[in-house]
Amino acid sequence: MAADPNSMPDFTARVEKALGDDQLRGALRYTADQLRTKRLAAMADLDSQAADDLALGTLDDLRARAREIKAHTLHNLNYYLKLAADQIRANGGTVHWAGNAGDVVRVVEEIARRRGAKSVIKAKSMATEEVHLNAALERQGLEVVESDLGEYIIQLAHETPAHIVIPAIHKTRRQIADLFEGVSGEALPTDTPTLTAFARKVLRKKFMGADLGVSGANFVVAQTGTLCLNTNEGNGRLTTSVPPVQIAVVGMEKLIPSLDDLAVMLSLLPRSATGQKITTYFNMITGPRRPGEPDGPEELHVIFLDNGRTNLLGTEFEEALYCIRCGACMNVCPVYRNIGGHAYGSTIPGPIGSVISPVLNGFESWTDLPQASSLCGACHQVCPVGIHLHDHLVNLRGRMVERGQEPLSMRIALSVWMAAWKRPWAYRLLSRLGYWLLRPFAKRTPDGKEYADNLPSIASGWTMSRNFPTVRKRTFHDRWADLEKGV
Amino acid sequence: MRVSLFITCLADHFYPEVGEAVVHLLRRHGVQVDFPSGQTCCGQPAWNTGHQEDARDLARNYLTTFASSEYIVMPSGSCAGHVRYFYPQMFNEDKVLYREACAVADRTYEFSEFMVKVLGVRDLGARYKARAVFHNNCHMQRELGVIDEPLELLRHVRDLELVENPRPDLCCGFGGAFSVKMPEISTAMADEKLGTFSPLQPDLLVSCDGGCLMHMGGRAERTGMKLKTMHLAELLWEGVQNNGR
Repeated sequence: MAADPNSMPDFTARVEKALGDDQLRGALRYTADQLRTKRLAAMADLDSQAADDLALGTLDDLRARAREIKAHTLHNLNYYLKLAADQIRANGGTVHWAGNAGDVVRVVEEIARRRGAKSVIKAKSMATEEVHLNAALERQGLEVVESDLGEYIIQLAHETPAHIVIPAIHKTRRQIADLFEGVSGEALPTDTPTLTAFARKVLRKKFMGADLGVSGANFVVAQTGTLCLNTNEGNGRLTTSVPPVQIAVVGMEKLIPSLDDLAVMLSLLPRSATGQKITTYFNMITGPRRPGEPDGPEELHVIFLDNGRTNLLGTEFEEALYCIRCGACMNVCPVYRNIGGHAYGSTIPGPIGSVISPVLNGFESWTDLPQASSLCGACHQVCPVGIHLHDHLVNLRGRMVERGQEPLSMRIALSVWMAAWKRPWAYRLLSRLGYWLLRPFAKRTPDGKEYADNLPSIASGWTMSRNFPTVRKRTFHDRWADLEKGV
Repeated sequence: MRVSLFITCLADHFYPEVGEAVVHLLRRHGVQVDFPSGQTCCGQPAWNTGHQEDARDLARNYLTTFASSEYIVMPSGSCAGHVRYFYPQMFNEDKVLYREACAVADRTYEFSEFMVKVLGVRDLGARYKARAVFHNNCHMQRELGVIDEPLELLRHVRDLELVENPRPDLCCGFGGAFSVKMPEISTAMADEKLGTFSPLQPDLLVSCDGGCLMHMGGRAERTGMKLKTMHLAELLWEGVQNNGR
């Protein structure tokens, strides 16, 4: 989210590029649809399990409980942060507080310097993407290798994640084989087993030689000081146990009070993200290697990251901090599936990215993102913590209008239009005017249907790709008198 | 029973026949219909573009206009969704207006919802020959929770071959001002949506919203796709007349 919207092509250009890329859109829709279908099946299964008393609750029950947990934690954030920090220290770990992106980078650099580190292995972490940790460490001469398969692919492609759970969602197998060829120097077939076996072989060596392991966390349990990590490849376990030093970068909103709360959140996260009941690997890390233990890191560092998050507390956007980063909103978003993650430009794309990017990084940035939604509400419907994403997008538009961040043409058109429509007589006058204004643009389809084309100004956005209906000479208001007589 | 018709700005200007159809169909079922002349727009365009004060003014006009109505029925799931879902939220800091908004919202219905839930009719006695697909508009299914009512009405139309919409969850890309502010994305969404219909080869697209129909119909016309668009009420009324009842 610290990405700078001024340092990239504008939104329209990014969208145009994405819409012109059939490979990207094909790959994106295929995977998004698969994730959506699996999620639906997992949730139906959850509800039927709940009916037999085999689950903690139905989706609706769990969503309500998750919202309570999140609201409670955020309203007592200082308490739970202190509790978590005390527990992590009692377990033998070290706690760092990072107000912004630069703080995270400084902490990690300092640890790397002290340890004389040369190489870093990473498990998937959006928080480190947010603070651009890789680039900063590489500038210091460290070798940084992403160990999540998707992250590894986009690292080779010099890209950023296009999705928060499936970073390489936009890549085809052919494109991935080509990227791996750049590493191996030989042509690889495009079947999944060969490609994953290749990545596994390369990454095993990197795990064994790494001086630092950097991860994020899906949840941090305050009462026990436990870091929780969901992965499907086992790379999270290797990253956090093989290197002598483990560093976890954690957004403050990842805190939950207790292990009971974890059971609720864990019932929701994998089901929402990938349609799994539980991920293949689930790690609960409570402290570094203890005396007498044969393995585990010598040092464990937890960096709690604010980076604008606490500014949301007590505001109308506080609910956005409930997000557990499952990506379900992206998988169902009709905008995301057409333009992909990179067009958004922000670290986190999709509906949740369009809400949090402006509120975390200032309304001056990312003014396009809240506009890039048809407000269909599919995101809210699937959100496991019930964030009212489309309402927040509307509210953001409201704040942007208040700040005068609206194109002049749009502001004038809407002001005149709405001022007239508040007065019934002016509304009807505008109807009549509308009829005459559209006459010069009227055309007919081959089968005789009238439509308007080549409309000027803002309306040209419509007629560039779609026929527009003409205003009827007799509106319904005009016709009512006849209908009334017909009683 | 007395119903006040809220015509909605889109139907008023572009699809007045839809309003006529609603009036005829309601009357056929013994409902007295009135049309308060002070009505304009529900205010959704203002609300969704961030002009929240304008939207509140338009909502106040609606609250005043329909204050004494027994039921308010409109041929749009999107506008009904706006009234029911957003009006109370808009006035949550003003107790009096909040109560008024809740009361009016409770009496506000989308057309098919009213027919099925309030009047309890499913078979309107219509006959219409077509291979049709129904588009569930987003606000109707998500804000109003109205999903099966229009399908129920369509299933009872004689000679109508209703094919299943493969992705009823997918938005057509209209989104009001979104369609002109972000025309490229909006059009891509329309193409994807229309593309999901193509394998089914329907000749008719039915919906309960002028906006979606205008958008998909306008795109289909432009690309030469043979797909007629029709509002549910219009289909039902034509169907009733076809059946000679």
